[in-house]
Amino acid sequence: MSYRNDPYDPKQAALLDPAALEAAVDDARKAFDAASDLDELATLKSAHLGDRAPVSLARREIGSLPPAAKSDAGKRVNLARQSVQGAYDSRLAELEIERAAKVLVTERVDVTLPWDRRPRGARHPLTTLMEHMGDLFAGMGYDIVEGPELELEWANFDALNIGPDNAVRGSMDTFYVDLPGLVMRTHTSPGQVRTMLTRQPPIYVVSPGRAYRSDELDATHSPVFHQIEGLVVDEGITMAHLRGTLDHFARAMFGPDARTRWRPHYFPFTEPSAEFDVWFAQHRDGPRWVEWGGCGMVNPKVLVAAGIDPERYSGFAFGMGVERTLMFRNGVSDMRDMVEGDVRFTANFGMEV
Amino acid sequence: MKTSLSWLREFVELPAGLTAEQLDDALTNAGMEVESIVDQAATVRGDLVVGRVLTIEELTGFKKPIRFTTVDVGRGEPQEIVCGARNFAEGDLVAVILPGGELPGGFKIGARKTYGRNSNGMICSAAELGLSGDHSGIIVLPEGAAEPGADARPVVGLSEVLVEVEITPDRGYEMSLRGMARELSYAFSAAYTDPATLVTAPGSTPEVPYEVKLEDTVGCDRFSARVVRGIDPDAQSPEWMQKRLIAAGIRAISLPVDITNYLMLELGQPMHVFDLNRLSGGLVVRRAKPGEKLTTLDGVARVLDAEDMVICDETGPVSLAAVMGGETSEWQPGTVDVLLEAAHWDPVMVGRTARRHKLFSEAAKRWERGVDPQLTLVALERAVQILTEHAGGTVDERVLDLDHVVAPATIELDPALPAKRIGLAYDAEQVTALLSQIGCTVTGVAPLEVTPPTWRPDLLAPIDLVEEVARLGGYNDIPSLLPPARGGSGSTPQQRRRRSVGRALAENGYVEVLSYPFVAPSAADQLGYPADDPRRSAVRLTNPLSEQEPLLRTSLLPTLLGTLKRNLGRGHRDLALFETGTVFLPGLTEIAPPVMGVDRRPTEQEWTAANTIVPDQPWHLAVALTGDVEPAGWWGPGRAASWADAIEAARIALSAAGVTAERITVGADELAPWHPGRCAAISVDGTVVGHAGELHPAVVSAYELPKRTSVMELDLDALPLPPVTQAKRISSFPPALIDVALVVDSSTAAASVEAALTDGAGELLESVALFDLYESDQLGEGKKSLAYKLTFRAPDRTLTTEETLAARDAAVAAAADRFGATLRGA
Repeated sequence: MSYRNDPYDPKQAALLDPAALEAAVDDARKAFDAASDLDELATLKSAHLGDRAPVSLARREIGSLPPAAKSDAGKRVNLARQSVQGAYDSRLAELEIERAAKVLVTERVDVTLPWDRRPRGARHPLTTLMEHMGDLFAGMGYDIVEGPELELEWANFDALNIGPDNAVRGSMDTFYVDLPGLVMRTHTSPGQVRTMLTRQPPIYVVSPGRAYRSDELDATHSPVFHQIEGLVVDEGITMAHLRGTLDHFARAMFGPDARTRWRPHYFPFTEPSAEFDVWFAQHRDGPRWVEWGGCGMVNPKVLVAAGIDPERYSGFAFGMGVERTLMFRNGVSDMRDMVEGDVRFTANFGMEV
Repeated sequence: MKTSLSWLREFVELPAGLTAEQLDDALTNAGMEVESIVDQAATVRGDLVVGRVLTIEELTGFKKPIRFTTVDVGRGEPQEIVCGARNFAEGDLVAVILPGGELPGGFKIGARKTYGRNSNGMICSAAELGLSGDHSGIIVLPEGAAEPGADARPVVGLSEVLVEVEITPDRGYEMSLRGMARELSYAFSAAYTDPATLVTAPGSTPEVPYEVKLEDTVGCDRFSARVVRGIDPDAQSPEWMQKRLIAAGIRAISLPVDITNYLMLELGQPMHVFDLNRLSGGLVVRRAKPGEKLTTLDGVARVLDAEDMVICDETGPVSLAAVMGGETSEWQPGTVDVLLEAAHWDPVMVGRTARRHKLFSEAAKRWERGVDPQLTLVALERAVQILTEHAGGTVDERVLDLDHVVAPATIELDPALPAKRIGLAYDAEQVTALLSQIGCTVTGVAPLEVTPPTWRPDLLAPIDLVEEVARLGGYNDIPSLLPPARGGSGSTPQQRRRRSVGRALAENGYVEVLSYPFVAPSAADQLGYPADDPRRSAVRLTNPLSEQEPLLRTSLLPTLLGTLKRNLGRGHRDLALFETGTVFLPGLTEIAPPVMGVDRRPTEQEWTAANTIVPDQPWHLAVALTGDVEPAGWWGPGRAASWADAIEAARIALSAAGVTAERITVGADELAPWHPGRCAAISVDGTVVGHAGELHPAVVSAYELPKRTSVMELDLDALPLPPVTQAKRISSFPPALIDVALVVDSSTAAASVEAALTDGAGELLESVALFDLYESDQLGEGKKSLAYKLTFRAPDRTLTTEETLAARDAAVAAAADRFGATLRGA
């Protein structure tokens, strides 16, 4: 616009010649295409698109044309300029892609380098396994209950129909303390007694936790161990419900092939009572029945001691060792590995079991 | 209970081709735990044949005398066999295992060169065949036992199937051939002969063979006796009896004693043999007088308890009833006149006596589990018959039988109860049939009137009968059915908290351990607890596994440090451990809980009173760190674990427990076992919940730990449960950032300065972060510079510079006011 009033000068209009414009476009394209990097392209830009560039100068000459020719010339100049700009833009895009690719190459690192600057810890597999078991029962509508490890003798024995003459109450099996009426609980069942004393049926609970028996530590025994016990007291509960629950538990723990097999047994707190084996297809020594735990229908005497009407309600209880489960499920061959606290044993399991 | 299959077959017609597996299943499903079923014939594999020794050549020049023999084994050429035993002569019959065979224990026999000669097989000793422990020489068979080449197994006695089962404490009747055979007869629907019916026993006579006074009919409700005079004192037990005793693990002693043991195995009735001539005056069966003494057969002089039952003569106690006889009255070599006793003792009394005197005899095991009270006369008749058959003598026709046995009570059984409890549709007819099968008398319709047999003292209540129905009907036929879900609340907030904390610590590099809670009394001193520290008051185990560690922990630290040490001992250097577990905090009272029965629920008062004596057992969390918490690597040097990591572990745990940072206060404290200058008290809402920092150097040295070992312990149960968190309004306006560096006294706690800044800055402050801590000469002695980045933001507008500076100034003013802080460079 600033040249609109320029006097016409035919000499200056030479740049508006179509051939000249074509040549200018051609030159520019060649130059741009020859630019090997973005810096070079930037240098070339002013020569072909700057104020002194042929297409820019040609635009100035339009003013010198007779009015009738201006429109036509303007179109030509614009086209030429667009072509140059187009050539520039496309080369710029090419070079930018090229440069980005080069940057990526130069920024290549060895991704295999270690970066364990803050090593991860691990949870003890017994803890994880107990949580896993608890979650399963929580999903079936059970509550997870606990009780003290240093427990009333009454709750640990008497209330469970383990009378004063039962051999397990001897010091060969049970830890006693210097406080009267207390023992280190020999199983997690007193937790069930506490549950029955504090709520009425329906009762659906599991109690995972620590228990104590005065055994020396060896490859298969530990004086301190973990159990998970289940208790259901409701109307119409039968041994079939117990079996269904154990089969379900077994499948959840050991896969769809798992099932249980019962053997009649004796426990003071259940009647009928059974020990049960689980079919464990993934056993490291081949599929087999593995002893898993004990179970039975809650002895009516236990219900009476807890103030539950044994005529109206029946129930089942079961229990299994968590260490034992971990041993065969996860191939732990020595009990001591689970109690000694060597970080290598635990680290192997990480966060899951 | 150990016995042999052939003996069982005398009373139950088991299938001829019975496999060990079938037998195992039948016993298992009856409720007997099978310890082992050993087919002796199968323990020796390959050719075990009778051989006749033809020649013996003594080899010399070896460490021990060696014989080179040739043996006719009934096939081809005589075998050349090298043998180390010397108890045989040319022409003897021996047992030879030929090459390719295998002895018990997997010992394979081959043809080999030994002592410079070929040896094709082996001449066997009883021990090598697993028959006994006799290693003294090889077995020399009686002449004419068999022809060379014959299978030697039946000849040497390798023909039995030995069965060992564990009997549950409620089923005394299974501790006999009588009971085991009875159970097997159900499993195989096989004919059963009750050994108690083998003889017809004469009943008591008006005249007694020996005067006996039964003073305590609770401890002993039946006492029967017979007398045999003039037996041959040298008569030996027949071989078949000895074999069966040995198979049962009972040593053969003498004919009269062996007979009582044999009948105890067969019938389940323990008996006792007195030497009639060593008794003086009539017998009295009574409770012992406290402090009364008796030397039992094992030579131990025992002081008796008022609960023990004794059999006495004029001289005093001559037998610890039901458990063990006395030295002065027992049969002894040369005894010719015997008094045989068969009684029925109170199971509770026997159990207590056995435990009190630590005498767990075969008899006591049976009494404790319950013995059929109707066997005494049968057992005596059998004993008398066997004794006179093998040792002659004259039977006194008089029979003593003091019988106070109460017949089993009838149980009223709702015929629907078995189905209700088992979940299988047993009808009254099936229930009646199954209960009749085990010897119950069943009459009535609804309820069924069930009278258990005398050998089942365990059947007392309807549920006992339900168990029998379930067991005989087959446990494994019970269907598998999930009970309907009743809705539950899953894990408790405390359980979720422990899990979150555990996960958070594990994700932050800590490895979980589970230590035994037993600690040594010296731990309190090692940890430097002051004399009046409440953590010194610990519950003591009266029967600890280790006398060194009788106390229950009052802190997780001593046991966690023990685990840390064990890991260090195994070569680990960089360790970050954590443990969640209970500690045991005894109260001050040592009163006994109220006596609570089991025939009803304890009252609320009883239950509350009982629980007040249960020591508090809160869940604690502890960590212990040593070595590098961040290892050195190609990225550069590592970072050693320190007090700061221990404190940060507390923050990690609290955060995982749902305690937000602004509720946590960390303040300097002094508490054992921490370094007094590197110990922080951790508080939540102003309440101390734990401590963290570096261990006191004295503790480090007492436990022989690496320097700078740091620990943290929190009382997880003291933490408030996470509230329902309210959402914060998120401002979309830009923040204004200002840094301030404050110079304060070195002793001023950074946390306090930060608190002052926060309080002073007011609502516009979004966050404050310490980014530099600096001490130098320029600042001056005892001064430090704390540089904070303050972030301000308003919820509803972009802050102006003036507003921001005003807030900053207010923050600094608060710090200046409280701690004399000055702006550095100002």
